[in-house]
Parts: sequence; structure tokens; C-alpha cells
Amino acid sequence: MAKHSVSRRSFLKASALAGGGLVLGFSLAPKLREAAGAPSSGTHDINAYLTISTDGQITIYSANPEIGQNVKTSMPMIVADELDADWSQVRVVQAGLDTSKYRRQLAGGSQSIRQGWQTLRQAGATARQMLIEAAANRLGVPTAELTTAGGIITHQASGRTLTYGEVAQQAASVPVPNDVPLKQAGDFSIIGTSRRNVDARGIVTGAPLFGIDIEREGMLIAMIEHAPGFGMRLRSMAAEAARAMPGITDIFIIDASVPERQWSDVNAFTEKVVVVGTSTWEVLQAKRALVLEWESDGTPESTEMHEAQLTGLLDGDSNVQVGRRDGDPETAFAQAARIIERTYSAPLLAHNTLEPMNFFAHVQGNRAELAGPVQTPASLRRSVASACDLPEENISIDLTRMGGGFGRRLYGNFAVEAAVISQRMQAPIKLLYTREDDLTQGTYRPSYKVRYRAGLDENGNLVAFAVRGAGINESPVFANRFPAGAVDHYLAELVFMDSDVTTGAWRAPRSNFIAGAEQSFLDEVARAAGKDPIDFRLALFERAMARPVGDDHDYEAARFAGVLKLVRERSGWDGASVPGLYRGVSVYYCHNSYVAQVLDLTMSASGPIIEKVWCAIDCGIVINPDAARNQVEGGIVDGIGHAMYSGLTIADGRPEQTNFHTYRLIRMNEAPRAIETFFVDNGIDPTGLGEPSLPPVSGALANAYFEATGTRLSTQPFIQTIEQQPPQG
Amino acid sequence: MARYDITVNGTTRQVEASSSTPLLWVLRDHLKLLGTKFGCGIAQCGACTVHVGDQAIRSCSFPVAAVGTQPVTTIEGLSASGDHPLQQAWIEHDVPQCGYCQAGQIMSAAALLQATPAPTDDDIDQAMEGNICRCGTYLRIRAAIKTAAGMG
Repeated sequence: MAKHSVSRRSFLKASALAGGGLVLGFSLAPKLREAAGAPSSGTHDINAYLTISTDGQITIYSANPEIGQNVKTSMPMIVADELDADWSQVRVVQAGLDTSKYRRQLAGGSQSIRQGWQTLRQAGATARQMLIEAAANRLGVPTAELTTAGGIITHQASGRTLTYGEVAQQAASVPVPNDVPLKQAGDFSIIGTSRRNVDARGIVTGAPLFGIDIEREGMLIAMIEHAPGFGMRLRSMAAEAARAMPGITDIFIIDASVPERQWSDVNAFTEKVVVVGTSTWEVLQAKRALVLEWESDGTPESTEMHEAQLTGLLDGDSNVQVGRRDGDPETAFAQAARIIERTYSAPLLAHNTLEPMNFFAHVQGNRAELAGPVQTPASLRRSVASACDLPEENISIDLTRMGGGFGRRLYGNFAVEAAVISQRMQAPIKLLYTREDDLTQGTYRPSYKVRYRAGLDENGNLVAFAVRGAGINESPVFANRFPAGAVDHYLAELVFMDSDVTTGAWRAPRSNFIAGAEQSFLDEVARAAGKDPIDFRLALFERAMARPVGDDHDYEAARFAGVLKLVRERSGWDGASVPGLYRGVSVYYCHNSYVAQVLDLTMSASGPIIEKVWCAIDCGIVINPDAARNQVEGGIVDGIGHAMYSGLTIADGRPEQTNFHTYRLIRMNEAPRAIETFFVDNGIDPTGLGEPSLPPVSGALANAYFEATGTRLSTQPFIQTIEQQPPQG
Repeated sequence: MARYDITVNGTTRQVEASSSTPLLWVLRDHLKLLGTKFGCGIAQCGACTVHVGDQAIRSCSFPVAAVGTQPVTTIEGLSASGDHPLQQAWIEHDVPQCGYCQAGQIMSAAALLQATPAPTDDDIDQAMEGNICRCGTYLRIRAAIKTAAGMG
């Protein structure tokens, strides 16, 4: 087997499993850590561990939070592959927060696999090497004469075999080897094969896997009421009637602010009224019986105001940050034969994880036990320590499967609140948000407005390109992304406005909007230039490869062009057009991955029907192909759904949509009829997968819709424009 | 408070609850059957879908007092050992991402197949439009329903 060595960045340690067997941990021993000059606390280059029992059972601890991106299956697959384990003998256990053992226990930025790739492989390869050495000792043969497969060590010459379980105990006393070689891509036996979700059976049989399912002896239920609008605070509370209702233990007001605030401490409403009782329905009834008066600090915000302010930022010149400037855009626009300009916008979006925010907490004295769904447990522990004035080392956090994340659970305010409530009650509590609490509490995808301008010369060549993007609390513009590097005269400008409305990362932040806007605009430019939209984009990639403008655009043009060519071929883009079938294309780079999509739609009396989305993706080595396709499909449905149907508006400081009767999410009959996904097989180390398929699809949809109707969808949610169109089909 | 004898997954259980208590919270809080999920509380997302008699209902908006003598079936009782054709098909198609909505999806699909053993795409759309999958696994849900129905 061909191998190559990877320099080791972590120290491993082995010990015996109680009852026999091997425990392989990754830990910086304190003395080594001091010698290396590493800080005594904080994160280290550490990762997962595994155990092998004498009966051959392999347990792999999955350290990263599982939000539906399937890392609880795919990350252990990486360990198991280098271990040459029999996957059917592997049991996966979700690890709790442990910064002394694990590195980056965080779900976000499509980075779990990317960041875990080398260390997970080392975990498996090192364990395998130790098992081989134990077997070599037992058999009295050199290690080089032993091979492994499926959890069995074989001495080819004599035909003798040992199972991993049979040598696990001895392996525990083998000195941990350094610089164990890793497999080459072609030698993988589990990576690259489809393995089903390790929790699948539990999910389909209703096993209690989620945070909301936590039950403990003596546990109370807590619910909160926050201000109905941003910038509002409690003026008065009348809770006597609610307090007297059956099953109610207490009603009080908390301040859940975090003194030592971190990025993850987004919380529009740290002041909350809390109802605690013995059952959910009773607590909910009492919550509804509260008589609360709220008052505004200043002028309440509204979507109308936001729109006017964002437009003002696009038109004005104050506080504009130049993100990138190549050539002389002003002169190039002045000399252009033709200028195309369009403004795109999108509303606030809520994450709407289907499992509402919830968390379990039990604070006793100066100790706290927490458990539940959170994407950032290490940050949460610091926040809880600060909010509850507890020593961080006295706080434990167990991780449950999460009923969706999409970025919402990067911000653990609900878990801090659970801890504050439990500390006050000195009792185990489970905090549960209603859908209304969840939808109206902020941390939204910002609303954005972006204006594009393109200048063409008399031959239809793109000579000038300018983008100015405005948003609530952040600009959506990535200054160095495509088409930066492919246009001689280029200007990217960023501007944002402050707001009481809190915002946060929402699946594929900024990209979830800007990709569709950019790709829709480029289609308009290609059309104005009289070029095929794929040829037009490929010419820009060629330019970025051959003679890049500037030196720091953040994409590889060859991989970009690769996915576009692949989707062109597989979708039959150049074939004869089918009457009544309208096609749009889009291509985008984010999270280190490249995605190209072709979307086919037909028109019916009730609007567009999305027949099929063709998707080519270059995300390097694919760990678990069928599950990866699932992620791609989900991102496409999510991207179409939110661009078409979803939006949150504010009036008088208050969110106007409070639940799914007014906040529209895509449903089954609105999803594409088919999605076909093609992975580029290039052996490159894995890159992001959980987010990249989402951003471009709104562009492909808008481009297909233009093809069908001549109307350019530039304002999300698109359904509002579509419903104003005369019926077709 | 009132006392209700309700038959859940073939067993008669006695619960004490106010008459307005939704079946969802009786199942989750009183009977500790946690497979049925809370998503919206207003019958818009389908995460709480169970069967009352042979009808798929949204248990978050179905008062316990309305159950009467009709048998209640939850995801835990859909099959004796988790091998209902839909459960098998869900695993075969590796449908779940986060998994939170899937119990409700399966219960809606089970009621559909009971009434319509060979559903058309339109039948599936109609039966499933009340169930939101926030992860967007709709294509796999459709494929799994067809597999369970022996249609592919």
C-alpha cells in the first residue's frame, strides 16, 4: 500500500480500557504542553479518541456537534478508514464538550471535515499501527509482513490472522508511534463509499435523540417571554393570575446578559420574563396569562425605514468602505459603449430550525451541568461562566443531536438563559421556546440591498464592473470574489447600517444572497453582450487564469471553470432546446468549494414549476457520497425556498410574522421534481459541503424565470413579483 | 383537571390533564413518548403528526378530550420492531438530515398509504404538504414513500 507521511501536530496517548482493550486518546500531557510553550488553557491541536474492546467492538467518539450535516457519520468514517476497521463493528458515540481532548468542537462555516481531516486520519492510522505492532509481537514476525483489512490483521506468509479485539489489550501498552504514514486517496476503503446515517434507525423509530427530549428526575419546565419588538423593554408586569394557575412553580424576571461578551453572545432581549412549572402545557397557559406592558427606548424601526436607509446608503457617499479597486473604474464606465445596472434586495430571514430553541441546565452551588443543542459548546461554557459567575471548569456541556442549526445555534443565548434560570431555581430545568418566541427573537439573516453596474465595450466585452452592497449590521459584498480578477476595471464597495434588530450567521452567510444577485446580474450582462451565459462566464475564468487582474482574488479559476463545464455537459446545455422548458445557469464559490447549477422550469397557470436542478460540485474528496448528495439536495431546496417564499418584516419595531401561518417555508409540492448531483473526482483534500449548494441556486432560478417570462427577479422573496405577473402556461 | 383513559400504541393509559391539553403534551410530558415532536403549536408544520383512528392529525392542536375511545398511534407504535415499510424505506433512502421532522413525515405518509396504497405524485403532494422539512429532504421523502408502496 502506497503511503505518505504527514507531520504530526498532536501527541497521542494510549491506555487500557477497563475490562481489557485499547483506549487511544489525543492529549497534550501537561508537562509536554509546558515544554512546548503552549498556553495551559484554551484550544489545542487535539482531536477525537477511540476505543477497541477485546470482543472487537470499536467505539469512535464523534466530537463535533451534529446539526443534520451528518458529521456524526462522516467524521468517524474517516477514523475507521485509516484504522482499516470493519464499519459494521463501529459504534459511534457523541462526545460532550472536552477542550482538553478535542479540537474545534464547533459546527459552522462548513469546516468540520476540512478542519478534522488530518487529525481524524491520524487517529485511525496511529491506532492501526499500534495494533499491528502488538500483533507482530504476538506472532513473532516483523510488522512489515502484516496487513490489515476489515478489523483483521493477517500474516500472509503463514496465513495466520488476529482480530483487532484479540490484540487490543496488548496494543494499549505499545508506545504511541510518531509520524505514522497515512493512506493515499486511492487506498481508501470506507471514505468514498456511502454509509447510512448512524442515527437513522433512532430517528425513524422516534428515539429521544434531541435536546427537547431530555428528561431528568425532578426536572422543571421553563418558558420565557421577551419583548415583542426590538428596542423595547418591560414597563410593568402583572403575574398574580398566572402564578396562581395549576402547575406553576414560579414567575420572575431574569437578566441573561453576559458580562464578558463574545461574538456568540447575540441576544436582543436579555431581559426576560420566566415562567417555571411542572408541565409544558401548564407553563404555556401561564405564559399566555401574563399581563405585560412594554415600552420603546426610541423610535421603533420598520422594514420601510430599513429599505429607505439601505437605498440611501447605495445612493450616498458616507461611510462607504472600498473593498477592492482595480484599474480606473470611473473612466472605464465613462468610456463604456453600454452600461447595465440593477439593484437586488432580500429581506430579513429567521433560521426556523424545526426544533425550537431549548436547553437543559442544572446549576447546584458552584457547579453546572448543561445539555442540549448548540453549535458552539466551548463558547457557551465561557458565556455561562460569565453570566452565572461560575468557574469554567465546573461547567459540563453534553451535546444532543440538533433539530437543525443553519447558524442559529452558533448563538447560545437560550442555553445561557437556561443556566441563569436553573441557578435561580437551584433545580434542574429544561427551557423551551415556542415557535413565536423563536421566530421573533432576532439573530436574523440581515436584509441586504446591492447595486451592480457593468460596462461593455462596443464588442460586448466586460471592461468595467462595480458592486456596492449595503445591509443591516453588515455588507453582503466579498470584495475579492469573482468577478474580481477577471475584469480590468473593478470596484467593490461595502456599507452597512446599525440596527436594534439583531443579525447573525445564516447558512452560507452573505453568500446566501450575493451569489444569486451576482449570477442573475451576470446573466443580464451576458445577454446584453449577446453571448451564451456559460460561454460568457468561461471567458471571464479564462481571463482570470491567463492574465489575472490584481493578485489576490480568492478563487481558483480552473476549478470554477471545471464545474461549469461539467454541468454544461451533464445537463445537455448545448443540445436542442425543449419547447416550454426554460433553463438558467449559475456558478459560485464559497467555503472553499465550487458549485455550478442548471435549473429547468416550466410555466403553469399558477407560476413556475421547477422540473430539475443539475448540480456539479467540486468539494474535493467526498467522504460519504449518498449523504453528500443529500446535503447538496437540501441546500438547493433551502436556497430555492427562501428566495421564493420567505421573508420577515418589521413594523413598529415588531416582527410581523410570528409563526408558519405567516412566515412561509417551502413545502414538498414546491420543491424541484428532481435534482441530479455530480461530484468532481480530483483527490483534493475535502472542502465545504454543508453550505455551498445553497447560494447559487436563486441565481439559476431567476435566470430561468427570465428566460421564460422576460421578467428579472431581483427582489426576494420572488413570489411577490411572480404573483403580479399575468398567468402563463 | 380531568382523568382520561386513552389507548396509545395498543395500551390503555390513564392521564390527568386539563381538557384543553393538546394530545402532543400528553404524549410527551405525561406518557414520555418523546418521538412526537413540537414544531409550531398551530398545526402548520406537521412535526407532531400522530394517528387518531386511521387519520393523521396534528397533535399540537388536538385536545386530549377529543381523543375519546379512538386508538392513538405514535411513531413508537407504528410497528412492533421499527420495521414498517416506511421506516425501512426511510433508512434505505438515507432520508434524514437533522431528523427532527421525520417522525411526523412518516406518520403522515403511513396514513396516506393506508388510505391510498399506490399514491400518485399529486396524492403524495396533498398528503405531505402539511409537513415541513426544514433541511429540504422532500425528494427523498417522496422516493421513500414510493419504495414503501412498492412503486420504485
